Order: sequence, then C-alpha cells, then structure tokens
Amino acid sequence: MQKKNWSSAWVYIVLVLFAFFYLVPVYMLVATSFKPLAEISMASMWQLPKRPSLEGFIAAFSRLGPNLKNSFLLVIPATFFSCVLGSINGYIFSKIRFRGVNIVFMLILFGMFIPYQSILFPLIQFLQKIGLYGKIWGLILAHVVYGLPITSLIFRNYFMEVPDEMLEAASIDGAGMFKAYFRILFPLSIPAFVVAIIWQFTNIWNEFLFAVTITSDPVKQPITVALVNLAGSQVVQWNLQMAGALVAALPTLLVYIFLGKYFIQGLMAGSVKG
Amino acid sequence: MKKRKKLLGFLVVAPTIVAIGIFVYGFISWTVRTSFSNWNSFSRLVAGKFEFVGLQNYQRLFRDWRFQTDLWNTLFFTLFFMVGCLVVGLFLASLLDRKLKGGRIFQNIFLFPMALSLVVTGTIWNWFFAPGTLPKDPAGINLLFHQLGLDNLLWGWFTVTDKIGQFNLALIPVIIAAVWQLSGYTMAMYLAGLRGIPSALTEAARVDGASPWQTFWRVKMPLLRPITLSAMIILGHFSLKIFDLVYAMTGSGPSNVTDMPAVYMFELTFRSNRYALGSGVSIIMLLMVAVVIIPYLISTFRKEA
Repeated sequence: MQKKNWSSAWVYIVLVLFAFFYLVPVYMLVATSFKPLAEISMASMWQLPKRPSLEGFIAAFSRLGPNLKNSFLLVIPATFFSCVLGSINGYIFSKIRFRGVNIVFMLILFGMFIPYQSILFPLIQFLQKIGLYGKIWGLILAHVVYGLPITSLIFRNYFMEVPDEMLEAASIDGAGMFKAYFRILFPLSIPAFVVAIIWQFTNIWNEFLFAVTITSDPVKQPITVALVNLAGSQVVQWNLQMAGALVAALPTLLVYIFLGKYFIQGLMAGSVKG
Repeated sequence: MKKRKKLLGFLVVAPTIVAIGIFVYGFISWTVRTSFSNWNSFSRLVAGKFEFVGLQNYQRLFRDWRFQTDLWNTLFFTLFFMVGCLVVGLFLASLLDRKLKGGRIFQNIFLFPMALSLVVTGTIWNWFFAPGTLPKDPAGINLLFHQLGLDNLLWGWFTVTDKIGQFNLALIPVIIAAVWQLSGYTMAMYLAGLRGIPSALTEAARVDGASPWQTFWRVKMPLLRPITLSAMIILGHFSLKIFDLVYAMTGSGPSNVTDMPAVYMFELTFRSNRYALGSGVSIIMLLMVAVVIIPYLISTFRKEA
C-alpha cells in the first residue's frame, strides 16, 4: 500500500511538470495581455502585471474588432452549410449502396488530406471569375466545399451505427427516402451535428491559408490574418499583441472548455476510423 | 423500386461529387498544368497564352538551393515532430490510464492546444523563443535562464544557422512548438486505445507473473500498433504541409533555416508572381502527402468492405 502511494505521488509530480510545460505559454499570454503599456519591458516579461489593466484589450478590440466580426460572419454560414450537406451525404453514403459508392466516398475523403496549396491558385482564379474573390462569401464557399469530406465522414460513421431495420420499417410504412431521413435519422443525429458543428467551427475559425490568400483587404480579413499582420507590424506593444492573440483564441477555447467531449470526438473522426 | 432509390440516392450526393470533382480534382489538374507552363510573371499570366515548358520548373526547383533546404527541413521536422508527439503522447496516456483522481483535468490541459489556431501558437512561441540580443539583453526563455543563473543555456533558438549534417538546429524551437500543440492528440488516441484493452488481458498477464513494465510492452503495445500507425499518418501528413505555424512563428529565417515548402510556395505564388514554380512546389507537396494518405485510405476501406 505504502509503495503504491509513492508511485502515484511520482505520477502526480510528472503530470504537474508536464502541465507546467503546457501552461507556460498561457501564463505568458495572460500575464502580458493584462499589463499596461508602461509596464512593458523586456526585463519584466516573466512577471505578473503589477497594476493589471485592460489597455491591451481595449487597443486590441479597436484594431481587431472588425476582423472578429468577419470571423463570425465567415464561420457561422460556412459551418451551417457544410454540416447540413454533410449530414445528407452521410445518410446516402451509409445507407444507400449505389454502385461504386465506396470508391466515390474515398475520392471525396482524399479531398480533406490534400495540401490546399495544390488547389489554391486555380481556386483564386475561379473566385475572381465568379466575382467572389476578396469577399467573405468566397471564403465561405471554399470552406463549405473543402469541409464536405470531413462532415460527410462524421455523419456517415454515425449513421453506420443506426440499424438498417429501423429505416426499412419506415419504408414499409410508406415513408419515402426523404421522410426516412427527416423523421428518423435527423432527430437521431443531433449528437453528430454537435460534433460536426464544433469541428467545423474550430477549424474554420483557426484557418489561415485561405483567409490570407482569398481576402486581401485588411477590413475584410478574418481575425487570424489580422493577428499575424499585427505581430508583423513591428509594434513593441506586446500587451496589444498578446491581448489580440487571446481574443483570437477565446471563442475556440470556450468551445473546448465547455464542449470538449464533442471536440475530442471530432478529432477522432478526423483520423478516418471513427 | 430499389433501383429508383439508388438512383435517387446518387442524385442527392451528385452536387457534392461535382463540387469535389471540380474543386479538388479539377483544380489539382489545373495546378499541374500551370506547373508545366512558363507563367512565372504577372504579365505572362495576364497574357494567358499557355506555353508548355515540360519539366523545366521542376528541374529548376530541384536545383534550387532554397527548395533543397526545404526538403531537408521537412524531412527532419517530420521525423522529430512525429517521434516527439508519439513518445510524449504515449507517455502521458500511460500515466493517465491509471485512473488517478484529477486525471481528467490533466487530460484537458494536455489537449487544449489542439483547439488553438496555429497562428496564435506561432505568435506566442515566437515571443517565447525570441533570443533577444545576446549576451547582454536576453529575452523570452533566455531571460528566464539568465534570471535563474543558467547563462550557459542562452542560445539563439530559431535564429541560429548551425547545422548537424543537413539538420538545421533552428528547427528545434519550431518542433517544440508543434509537439506542444499536437502531442495531446496522440495522447487522446493512445488513451482511447489503452482504455479499450480488456482488463482480462492485462489481468492474465499479471497472474502469469509479468511485471507492469512487461505487461505494457508485451501486451499493450502490440495492441496499440494500429493507433501508432494512424497517428503517424495523421501527424506525418500534417507536417508535410505545415504552413501557419512556421509562417507566424519564424518565417523562413536567416538563410532559410526554418523554411518549409509551403512557405516557399506562398512566397513564390503570392509575393513574387512565379505561379508556375509555386504550382510545382505545391504538386510536389501533394505527391508527398498522397504517398502517405492513399495507401491508408485504401486499407481502411478494404477492411470495411
């Protein structure tokens, strides 16, 4: 018994050391963002603010406010459309086995692993052609299309678990394909929606490559791009930079804190085997 | 009736098939075509005349010192990043598998970086590893070392140009940042795997007189092999296309010590209008990813069918 206590004490010590490693950047982020400009100096960068202030946050909001709004305007419709379409796709790919369904699904899935650099240049030319380049709706379109593989996968894996008999019973009752979806699968799939929505929300919020290449006007850029520009603008106002980073991270962090369980499920679905 | 249902099903997913067909396969073909062209300036692109130059852009890339550096950087980054994530993830998972009090809290702490944008991570770690002016005015972690009296640990981090063989030491802080961000993911995967091992198995090993250490390596590890493989593929394909983190944290660095193909592609295409060369880089990236992903997808679906 004594021995067991000792070994679990060691485990705790190791875990605390690791937790320290994971939390150090957070400490620096929070400590610095609450410092007033007057307290910003190299020598005191590891210290807690002596006189905590919201200066950094006020400056960050006034500079990044519009970009924060852009991110919400991007994430909400993009998440909505990619999840709705993914749900319908998931139903077909799991329950209606037309010829070549697996190969088609595999070809779609490949789309979630490709480096987006390999489609970026034509994508931009295409968006220019249809007049969506530089606009939030251009970004939304990109995120919906390239989000389809993962959302279809999440729903497909979820619907695979639903016994076919349930649907067959409905079709004997005379319910058509769409009725079967809306009456049986859709109400059942709320947990899958939660996973898919959280996954898409987090990914699209955090995305950078599409954001930086499709929107060039600083007023229209999402927050990730604005944050990089802020950091690159040689400001020594670290409190502003760190407050900006915190503001950019907060929505997805809140999602993680309150809905972490579903976030992890999405993470696992991303490794194909659900 | 059945036939009609199948046709209807196909029609429902047809828009997705068309969209992916165009946005993935059509666009990739267009990028391949661009990489065979001489569109290496804005005026040539606008003129729009396609001039086929064969593999010239690829030849130029492979002779290009910067691109060669990128490939070496990708190789070493991928290697150390993958090993780092697997070792840290497995280690943490094996600690947390004991169902300790408060284990859930630790698990959440180790996994939270996954929810962060790589851009945010890059911004923070840039600040953390910025060396300051050595030796007089250390910053970031160097300052911490200095204040702790560990002056012999002061180092230039991502600004150094030293190498061991072809390995740029400046990649070390980038690798640390990437492991920080993704090791929680391998931990979660291993933890799910460990919890799925029936306790009857480990119990049997214990009864047979195996030490916990032996049980872990001889009984659990072989069962975790598929998870290791999945994790390697996901991490590997992530690191082959890494962009945001490097771009936000270090950029290319002095003499490209932290440059990556994705960063080079971005600069070629969007900063210097060399679309054909940029397309070439992106197609090479795609091929590297495809080599990893396609066998994985095929094997997954063969098992299912």
